[in-house]
Amino acid sequence: MPEIEIMTADQLRRALNRIAHEILERNAGDRAVALVGIQTRGVYLARRIAEAVTEFEKRPVDVGSLDPRLYRDDLDQAARHPVKPTEIKFDINDRPVVLIDDVLYTGRTIRAAMDALNDFGRPSSIQLAVVVDRGHRELPIRPDYVGKNVPTARDERVRVRLREVDGEDGVVLSKVGEGDATRS
Amino acid sequence: MRRVAEPRENQSALWAGPRRDVLDLDDFTKAEIEEVMANADGMKEVLGRGVRKTPALRGKTVVTVFFEASTRTRVSFEQAGKILGADVINVTASASSVTKGESLLNTVRTLQAMQIDALVMRHPHSGAPYFVARHLDTPVINAGDGTHAHPTQALLDIYTIERLRGKLAGKRVAIIGDILYSRVARSDMIGFRKMGAEVVVCGPPTLLPPGFVPGSSIPEGTPYEGVRVVGRVEEAVDGADVVMVLRIQRERQDAGHLPSLREYSREYGINSATLGLARPDALLMHPGPMNEGVEISSDVAHGSQSVIEEQVANGVAVRMALLYMLCARARNGGS
Amino acid sequence: MADRKNGLLAITGGRVIDPSQGIDRLADVLIKNGKIEQVTDKPGSLAVAGEAGYRLVDARGKVVAPGFIDLHTHLREPGLEYKETIATGTAAAARGGYTTVCAMPNTEPPQDTASVVEFVVRRARETAVVRVLPIGAITVGRHGKQLTEMAELAGAGAIGFSDDGDPVADANLMRQALSYASPLGLPIINHCQDPALTNGAQMHEGAVSAHLGLTGWPSQAEATMVARDIALCELTGGRLHIAHISTRQAVDLVRDARERGLNVTAEVTPHHLTLTDAWVYGKRGSTPDGGALTLGAYDTNTKVNPPLRSQEDVDAVVDALAEGIIDFIATDHAPHAETDKVCTYVEAANGISNIETAFASAISLVHSGKLSIAQLVDRMSTAPGRFLGRAAADQTVRAKAPAIPGLGTLANGAPADVVVFDPDEEWVVEPSRFVSKGKNSPLAGVTMKGRVATTIFGGAVVYDAAADHAGASA
Repeated sequence: MPEIEIMTADQLRRALNRIAHEILERNAGDRAVALVGIQTRGVYLARRIAEAVTEFEKRPVDVGSLDPRLYRDDLDQAARHPVKPTEIKFDINDRPVVLIDDVLYTGRTIRAAMDALNDFGRPSSIQLAVVVDRGHRELPIRPDYVGKNVPTARDERVRVRLREVDGEDGVVLSKVGEGDATRS
Repeated sequence: MRRVAEPRENQSALWAGPRRDVLDLDDFTKAEIEEVMANADGMKEVLGRGVRKTPALRGKTVVTVFFEASTRTRVSFEQAGKILGADVINVTASASSVTKGESLLNTVRTLQAMQIDALVMRHPHSGAPYFVARHLDTPVINAGDGTHAHPTQALLDIYTIERLRGKLAGKRVAIIGDILYSRVARSDMIGFRKMGAEVVVCGPPTLLPPGFVPGSSIPEGTPYEGVRVVGRVEEAVDGADVVMVLRIQRERQDAGHLPSLREYSREYGINSATLGLARPDALLMHPGPMNEGVEISSDVAHGSQSVIEEQVANGVAVRMALLYMLCARARNGGS
Repeated sequence: MADRKNGLLAITGGRVIDPSQGIDRLADVLIKNGKIEQVTDKPGSLAVAGEAGYRLVDARGKVVAPGFIDLHTHLREPGLEYKETIATGTAAAARGGYTTVCAMPNTEPPQDTASVVEFVVRRARETAVVRVLPIGAITVGRHGKQLTEMAELAGAGAIGFSDDGDPVADANLMRQALSYASPLGLPIINHCQDPALTNGAQMHEGAVSAHLGLTGWPSQAEATMVARDIALCELTGGRLHIAHISTRQAVDLVRDARERGLNVTAEVTPHHLTLTDAWVYGKRGSTPDGGALTLGAYDTNTKVNPPLRSQEDVDAVVDALAEGIIDFIATDHAPHAETDKVCTYVEAANGISNIETAFASAISLVHSGKLSIAQLVDRMSTAPGRFLGRAAADQTVRAKAPAIPGLGTLANGAPADVVVFDPDEEWVVEPSRFVSKGKNSPLAGVTMKGRVATTIFGGAVVYDAAADHAGASA
């Protein structure tokens, strides 16, 4: 099965801008919201959303990155790639923190990320922003901000492509089994 | 619809290979060493956190067995295991139990029955971890065997140099002291050469291994291929990017390798004068514990070029990386 | 055993090689009453011999030679029966083609008194499969302090003296030993290595020991004591035999001593003729790729004293054996229990169980063109036989020792000790199938070329490969 483009570069850009607005709207009254991207693509997404927020609000926003590998429940899979340093160089206590990832699937990565975040402090709330929610949750986790809901089959795979990593922007859907099946 | 070449997930070399144990660096590829260092970066960040605990190895049991006194290395492994959430059991083996071989095999059988996830061992006999690994299904990490190897020390040395000064390739590392009895020197020589460094060693002729002739290079076909041996410490240090000073032990004097530690210090000791011959930004390293005033003078040991404390901190990160990678591999098998 | 005393046995159709008589021809060897009756001029028909009442051993396509003689065997009895016994060690010897073995005295207690030597002789009479000749200790307790009562030991049957396993470190004591033993006509067999130079040593000193971090045994530690002993031999006029010579330097010293007409002989083991220190890597002699050790490294079955040496040393001892500077091959068969070897290299006992592989190792020198097959038979049978016969042949010595019959020959009337071997049969070494209790062989899994078919001791078949191999497949 060939890849199907489910979001163009432009659609992705607009979705990120919308999420930036929604984050600001929802956290208007609170202490300044902080953004934490989940390795790998979530980190770049967090930076883009932060840029949008800065543009709208004319003020900087705290952005961090987080690698939840050491908190995952599948050590053998997790250890296939090096653990990256988590960079949260600001206080997360008593303020809302938005975790940002590319695709929400089983929810297990988000569970690990929340555990990891707790080792850095106690946010007033943890929220979740994703580009694509493809369903099939295995844990009671739901996103607060979604770029696009995409119903999928388990043997399909959703990839968010970012120019920083992949050379171009967009979201594609494909069947697993053609090529590699290392990630979902 | 456009097709874009998919970025290859850089599959872990260590994961992909057959590695179960870390016995020396001789069977590591450069890519594997780089992967350990990449993981050590992540681990080092964990060491800097307020909450220094992760659940990565929760439910895993790491056993350290030291048949030879060591505080630093054992504590380093214990800390590494505990920060990753493993249960760490330290077995202190009495010196007398080393004398009878049967007991090492029995120790191994006991550990096998305990179903542990990783064994960290130090033993005064060269090759002991190979013997243990032959009889044990669990990953074995060599924390020093006799005068043979100390691979985790070499990894932390490589890590320390590369993170402070960039790639080792093309850099010049001088190793000074008791090469003959040094497992650190043996593993360092192998590791530094694998990373592309120029390695120069220097020590009293009585403390050089067979075949290490001052004024020559180690020939092809040996693991130390290309290592240069020089007679004078000034020549070894001249222009070096890294000066690695080895511990000199009083036993060497007692065994007749040296007339006195005093004379050793005068002929081979590293002080501000000899260190001054190295590059101005040269790193001064020592695997510890130091004999200040013997192989290294106090002023340089605690001077601006010394990264000896950095080595200790990096040691925990590197050992975390190894425990994490080996424990992940051990259970559940491959993909 | 029925045909030992009065049986008739004919070994027919083989290539008979007996260097003692210059024989190398197709012939039958006829045996009567435990003695060689004759070596025929040419092979007769099997039927003729059969009709004459001879039991037949078909040796067609094989070599028939005097049974091998080992001057250096550790039978471990008394005291170390968990490693080997006279019964198992001699059965292993028979399987290796040996008909005479000389029992080294490092037993517990050591063979340092007549009573222990007599014990070995008696146990051999009761349990041995082949001839056992004891070697007495040089010093009491093998402690290197006080000479044993050598004349009495000789009277009890000792064919030489050795503290093997340890050198006689004290030069003055070595002088006294050589001097004192000279009227007996028996050799002082020294394990030559300077103890101060080999303190804590685990293997040959060289690139491999540098890599493995094992304390090395320099070649010169052997040479310094060989030089000392040659000087003392010259001083005393005694009879010096260098046990298991292993280095080029020592070979050069022996060569020089022989050229000067000194009473010095030397032996070499099958492993020092064929294996190098690279075997310690556990990769059957090859060096690991890129220097990377594998789990098989530090193979304790390669730990032996003197250690496996460099290729240069191997080449030197092979050349010296061909030249005759080294007189003969002796096994230094050193069986050990599993617990002596299943441990770290440093803890492991020294020694290789090799009497069942010795011939196959040695004949590899024939296959590689280093020795002729007649030379091989000479170095394994004729030369050691001559060595044992020297005391009896020497009219000047006090004839205290029991006369040893002419060994290592197929001369008429000699004891019917015969080996039949196939020089070309290939087989794989399986230590689990050794009849020796010692399974400690570095050759496990190695394909050898050359195999013993039949061993005949005193006219009786004591080993028959056909029965052995049939048993294996049953």
